[in-house]
Amino acid sequence: MARAATTTDAFNAVAEPRRRQIIDLLAGGERPVNDLVAGLGLAQPQVSKHLRVLREVGLVDVRDVGRQRLYRLNGRGLKPIHDWVSAYERLWNERFEQMDAVLADLKDGPNDREE
Amino acid sequence: MAAATTGTAVMTFPSDTQILVTRDFDAPRHLVWQVWTTPEHVKRWWGGKRGQVTLAEVDLRVGGRWRYVMTANRGSEVAFHGEFREIVPEERLVHTEVYEGVPDGDADPAVVTNVFTEVDGRTRVTMLTELSSKEVRDAIVETGMEGGMQEALDALEQVAISLL
Repeated sequence: MARAATTTDAFNAVAEPRRRQIIDLLAGGERPVNDLVAGLGLAQPQVSKHLRVLREVGLVDVRDVGRQRLYRLNGRGLKPIHDWVSAYERLWNERFEQMDAVLADLKDGPNDREE
Repeated sequence: MAAATTGTAVMTFPSDTQILVTRDFDAPRHLVWQVWTTPEHVKRWWGGKRGQVTLAEVDLRVGGRWRYVMTANRGSEVAFHGEFREIVPEERLVHTEVYEGVPDGDADPAVVTNVFTEVDGRTRVTMLTELSSKEVRDAIVETGMEGGMQEALDALEQVAISLL
């Protein structure tokens, strides 16, 4: 991996397109690593490397069942990203709702002002 | 009496460094432009529900500066400022945006392009923010975001929302 920083948090972990693909694949449910290798068309060591990053930031969990390693998405790990997006969206929605009120006043126009 | 609410903003990520917010208003474009660019109106909406806008200065000409200060409900002050780069009245407004809480923010400001279009007396505003703020960039962009964020968001929306 290019920089140590890529393992520090969820934002950095999903910055890598391949890792986003893994998240997309796992969004459909738990999968063995071989499925991911097939789905991504990458060599197993590369897939494992990405999975390790995702595990380190808590985006995926792994468990062993017999001889298989099964990976699944941990939605909670995505929460910081979701929160960041929501906060921005919420702020702008609040602003826009206030704008609606200002616009409503202006549309009623000066003629109605004396009421 | 106009309808109070015309819907919610739609936010998308056209590229790794951009945020696009689209919102429709039940008002003609000249009014939306007026509310967007006039200090007395800005004071009424820019704080959202988070506080009082205590200062709104707008020097609406290319190269002119703007500055908004809000006293948040919790007492802290939040200030942004920037410079106008392109002005086509009622159509297009390009400006920089710097959060004053970031040291040296002016060195690398975000650039915001607002486009206003009117259809049947309603106005759509698209606000494209090209990120440069240090926190956001360091968290999301500079560390190597290569593709769009949309796919990741689609996936995480399904998953994260269900777990909240």
